[in-house]
Amino acid sequence: MTRRILPGFGLSLGYTLAYLGLIVLLPLAALLWKATGIGLHGLLALLASPRTLAALKLSFGGALLAALVNAAAGLLVAWVLVRYRFPGRRLFDALIDLPFALPTAVAGIALTALYAPNGWLGQWLEPLGIRVAYTPLGVLVAMAFVGFPFVVRTLQPVLASLDRGVEEAAHSLGARHGQTFRRVILPVLMPALLTGFALALARAVGEYGSVIFIAGNIPLRSEIAPLLIVQKLEQFDHAGASAVGMVMLAFSLVLLVLIALLQRWSGRWAERPA
Amino acid sequence: MNAITLPRPLPRVDARRRSWSHGLLIALALAWMLLFLLLPLAAVFVEAFHAGVQAYFASLDRYETLAAVRLTLLVAAFVVPLNLVFGVTAAWLMARFQFRGKALLGALIDLPFSVSPVVAGLVYVLLFGAQGWFGPWLAAHGVQIVFAVPGLVLATLFVTVPFVARELIPLMQAQGSEEEQAARVLGASGWRTFFHVTLPNIRWGLLYGVLLCNARAMGDFGAVSVVSGHIRGLTTTMPLEVEMLYNEYDYVGAFAVASLLALLALLTLAVKTLLEWRYGGELAAHAPGGH
Repeated sequence: MTRRILPGFGLSLGYTLAYLGLIVLLPLAALLWKATGIGLHGLLALLASPRTLAALKLSFGGALLAALVNAAAGLLVAWVLVRYRFPGRRLFDALIDLPFALPTAVAGIALTALYAPNGWLGQWLEPLGIRVAYTPLGVLVAMAFVGFPFVVRTLQPVLASLDRGVEEAAHSLGARHGQTFRRVILPVLMPALLTGFALALARAVGEYGSVIFIAGNIPLRSEIAPLLIVQKLEQFDHAGASAVGMVMLAFSLVLLVLIALLQRWSGRWAERPA
Repeated sequence: MNAITLPRPLPRVDARRRSWSHGLLIALALAWMLLFLLLPLAAVFVEAFHAGVQAYFASLDRYETLAAVRLTLLVAAFVVPLNLVFGVTAAWLMARFQFRGKALLGALIDLPFSVSPVVAGLVYVLLFGAQGWFGPWLAAHGVQIVFAVPGLVLATLFVTVPFVARELIPLMQAQGSEEEQAARVLGASGWRTFFHVTLPNIRWGLLYGVLLCNARAMGDFGAVSVVSGHIRGLTTTMPLEVEMLYNEYDYVGAFAVASLLALLALLTLAVKTLLEWRYGGELAAHAPGGH
């Protein structure tokens, strides 16, 4: 092995590992330890209550739907921001990150103010028979809000670096706009689109602050899994909280691996010679 | 194929039809952003000033609110420098050296982004709570971590670990290490190389990472709400104060505190945008992240 010219390998490796070990790994090990102490049968028994199952279903199902909505809306917004010029474009581009920067509790009460039955939007939706706040639909709206920037921000650089010549070639070979989009543009965007989708999904599954205000938290109906953890902890039911926490952590880990693989895939796309 | 298929004649670009479809797409995108970005933001300020400017300032000028502001600043004052040093160290490691297990370490740095903030709070309760690993020992020595400031700092550290590192790693990788190697060959010490070559090169990316880390540290809700215990004036940060006021139906008070947090978010976005416009080349393209 060649001698390293730059110093600090040992120091930076040691510090990084020690810091991550103390702040991230040791606490997660406590959760693992607690979960293994309960055992698989015990965990399943703790999770088997209808209320817990309903909460897990809402968190995972809602997040999946929200990520799908964000994939579609994010593709549209990224496309418009990269391809078209219109007044206020840079302002809107800067505002895309708002859901990242806005504290979730603030987003939560703001969305509730909009969608409550007497709210800005709620008062118009109510006569149409659409109730958003205090229903599963409200959970979906909050999850879509917090996940919105992911798809836009992963797609933008890929869209900007697309070779327009390929599209022109497709056109000149007789492809219609829809065909060009489906068969020339979309395949190139796919890795980034899936990465953004997975990031939005990971974010929405674990989301707490922006959801609990608009959800109304009705057991079996609009109660999310993270809220269940909080409630079980308040009743000093550490085993029950750990069981739900373990399911969520396992899902996060699976998604993390998936996102790493997707990013490697999109990296390969980006490096392909033109 | 047995015969050469001739390309269809070039589609004639119907300019009017295209601009009509462009306009429709732009309108749809604008409507979505209006509904999902601008309207919630506007709601915060409109609701905060709902009862007038005086009521707004009166609701901010309360002991509990001011204590929450102070606590939020205190937590950030611990968290941001610690994660700043970690982020620079981790970025130096990840961008300057090749070693086995590097991909795994990168995933580990990103891990807190995909863990629910409530789980982040939960693990610290399992560690330091009354029934936790170190709970009995801590109780015997009179140290309180959960339901006190140390717990808030630890939970916030967990959720903000990746911010600075995530910003710096792609930036430093893109910049390469030629300048640093030159400094070393010319006889500069390691620290001198770092402070005189590396740091000036990454300053804007670093500033951006610190801003994001700070915004998240001050705005975190899920993790701190688990470890806080909601003791008014003692362990409620600003986002928790928003929740408590809101649940007490003090909407003006809740939205007033929320408006301060929204201003912080807007300031963060403004500085970010400014940095990107002026030093776009010095900020690497990066994947977004973060709860």
